[in-house]
Amino acid sequence: MNFDDTPQEAAFRAEARKWVEANAPKEYEAELSKSSLGRIRLERAEIVDVGKAWQKKKAEAGWACLHWPKEYGGRGATPIERVIWQQEEGIYGKLTQPFQIGEGMCGPTVMAYGSEEHKRRYLPKLASGEEIWCQLFSEPAGGSDVAGLRTRAEKQGDNWIINGQKIWTSGAHYSDYGLLITRTDPNVPKHKGLTMFFLDMKSKGVEVRPIKQANGMQEFNEVYFTDVVIPDSQRLGAVGDGWNVSLTTLMNERMSIGARLATGFPEMFEFCSNLMTDDGLAIDDPAVRSKLANWAVKASGLKYTSYRAISSLSKGERPGPENSIGKLVAGTMLQDIATYAMDLEGAAGALAGAAEEVANGQFQQMLLTAPSMRIAGGTDEILRNIIAERVLGLPGDIRVDKDVPFNKIPTKGR
Amino acid sequence: MNFDFSDEQKQMRDEARKFLSEQCPPKAVRTVLDGKAAYDKALWKGLAEMGFLGVAIPEQFGGAGAGHLELCVIAEEMGRALAPVPFSSTVYLAAEALMLAGSDAQKQTWLPKIAAGEAIGTLALFEGKGNPSPKAIKLAASGGTLNGTKKPVPDGAIADFAVVAARTGSTGRDADISLFLVDLKGGGVEVKELTSIDLTRGQAEITFTNAKAEPLGATGEGWGIITQVLDRAAVLLAFEQVGGADRALEMGRDYALDRIAFGRPIGSFQAVKHILADMYVSATLARSNCYYGAWALSTNAAELPEAAAAARISATQAFQHCAKNNIQVHGGMGFTWEFDCHMYYRRANATALGLGSLSYWEDALIDRMRKKNAA
Repeated sequence: MNFDDTPQEAAFRAEARKWVEANAPKEYEAELSKSSLGRIRLERAEIVDVGKAWQKKKAEAGWACLHWPKEYGGRGATPIERVIWQQEEGIYGKLTQPFQIGEGMCGPTVMAYGSEEHKRRYLPKLASGEEIWCQLFSEPAGGSDVAGLRTRAEKQGDNWIINGQKIWTSGAHYSDYGLLITRTDPNVPKHKGLTMFFLDMKSKGVEVRPIKQANGMQEFNEVYFTDVVIPDSQRLGAVGDGWNVSLTTLMNERMSIGARLATGFPEMFEFCSNLMTDDGLAIDDPAVRSKLANWAVKASGLKYTSYRAISSLSKGERPGPENSIGKLVAGTMLQDIATYAMDLEGAAGALAGAAEEVANGQFQQMLLTAPSMRIAGGTDEILRNIIAERVLGLPGDIRVDKDVPFNKIPTKGR
Repeated sequence: MNFDFSDEQKQMRDEARKFLSEQCPPKAVRTVLDGKAAYDKALWKGLAEMGFLGVAIPEQFGGAGAGHLELCVIAEEMGRALAPVPFSSTVYLAAEALMLAGSDAQKQTWLPKIAAGEAIGTLALFEGKGNPSPKAIKLAASGGTLNGTKKPVPDGAIADFAVVAARTGSTGRDADISLFLVDLKGGGVEVKELTSIDLTRGQAEITFTNAKAEPLGATGEGWGIITQVLDRAAVLLAFEQVGGADRALEMGRDYALDRIAFGRPIGSFQAVKHILADMYVSATLARSNCYYGAWALSTNAAELPEAAAAARISATQAFQHCAKNNIQVHGGMGFTWEFDCHMYYRRANATALGLGSLSYWEDALIDRMRKKNAA
């Protein structure tokens, strides 16, 4: 048992470190080093512009999407090399946020279902950040129940005509292409009538509207489709096989190992170490210590769980299911930590200005953002179902809509 | 990075699991549970023959000289099987104290006997209510004899010898405490068996009246040694707890698959699934913290105090969480004597207290993290 690299891994790490040291945009180091929850913002530049420049530089040197085959813009790196790269890229990895959905979900789906021509046309530009992709799955009527989606695609000659609405689309406003799942047959049960496409986000009839979120920010979008034309050649997988195609996409989403999840713990530990109360430092209070210890072992538990997965990759094995716990643990921790930090501030805890002397309002922002962490990318409840069914082997829920044609499924509760 | 046990260590775990599933089925645990024996003597002998008792004891003292990683994988299986033997007191507490602080002669006297299953040892630390603290130690040592009472002493009624924490000074500092080795079969030792919530592991009160004792380690260094012993035992016991937590989770999962209610397996209800998923989460966090503890223990790393506290807290929480929710998933049947659920519930809650309670370790963890940050 050790934390050491193998000689090959050490050589790869040294090469990566040297390159990052020589090429990273150091002018953003201070800003990127600050903890961030959710979207990254830069004071004097757009994250997308800075990110594109960094991604392009990486691609030219073979460090972008490095686990992809060379012919599609990668360097054919092994899974463990990808993890080592992420560790060495460090804070500059935050600049890749605009490309993560493309790299993690859209790219692998095109790789699995696209034609050779598509792969050579689209994947290298996706890898280099020249073109950004978004994922158009969720709908107002289909969140956790993705297969309940209602956006229609109707065949007209060699084209499909799209009408409907998507929601919670990150980055739709700056994306060039989108991965779109649609309903092509409402007369069969819901999982069977779906078909996957990709489309140019600048197509006529695509309208992107920002959503104002509960925390006051605008990071997601609604996307409306009105008679949008997609050529049949941009279909991914067979007509009616969209559900299986989407599973490839979602599986890739959950494969990302070692992705650092914000738990709020380091911020909380520092906060309690410095907060002076009437009875002395907060961290000297037994009640505070008990809470901190509970969060500390969750944070370290997540860290060492990812180390176990990395070790499997290092040995060329497939990681076990342990990593499925990450977001479930981290989301609730963020919310609980924010709530308790504010409790320690007393009445002033309700003040949310960035100029507040206590912790610059970071816990207030954490509190207001935390609900989304427990919903996006699979709600806590869906994640528990996944653990119960795929890890523990419990039976799936009995689905009352399983064999019912989609257009016969009730759409209102009462 | 290779943050995992080696293939040889995993093989040893498989061997231990196989041995314990044959030699320590729930029926054997129940013999002790029902008070028909103080501990499972045949199993204790078998564990010695398998080389498990002395796995971390050096070869020169009759052990296998393998190491602590090997002991961790065996500990996990002992916890999983609820082995009703004085393993933790003898191997994690007494043997570790001897290896840390014993003279060559002391090691030569006791370690080979431990490895051979011929001697049961324990640590006599507590004196009534409260967590480990030098202030709580009143038992007095002078002129090579001890006077005072210890309780609870794990496996005290069946132990052959004890490492006893005693007061040798009155300055109010840690240096007031020294350790002694006492042959419990000698004169001036009175042992009274106590009732514990965990009926498969004994507890005792031991009164020393001018009992002969030899120093273990230098005078005034007792508290430092105890702290180290507790850290080591915390990691090892955490593996037992993780083994117990995993088994409780499996029992709950299996029952949820088999039990039909409302015309379907209860495991298809989300309310039940989510209980089991949360059990998996806590067991997984604990296992990962334990692996870090095992690494720190086996390399004697400077991180051991922090790693041990984290493993202890996480594993205590996981075992308690899994044991109580295993009963919940079982419903009424889980509350019967006949089902095994309560044996895990009892063990989980007794183990949570043995080396100092959760709040003690929470406090210790934060202290240790602050020290590290300050350094």
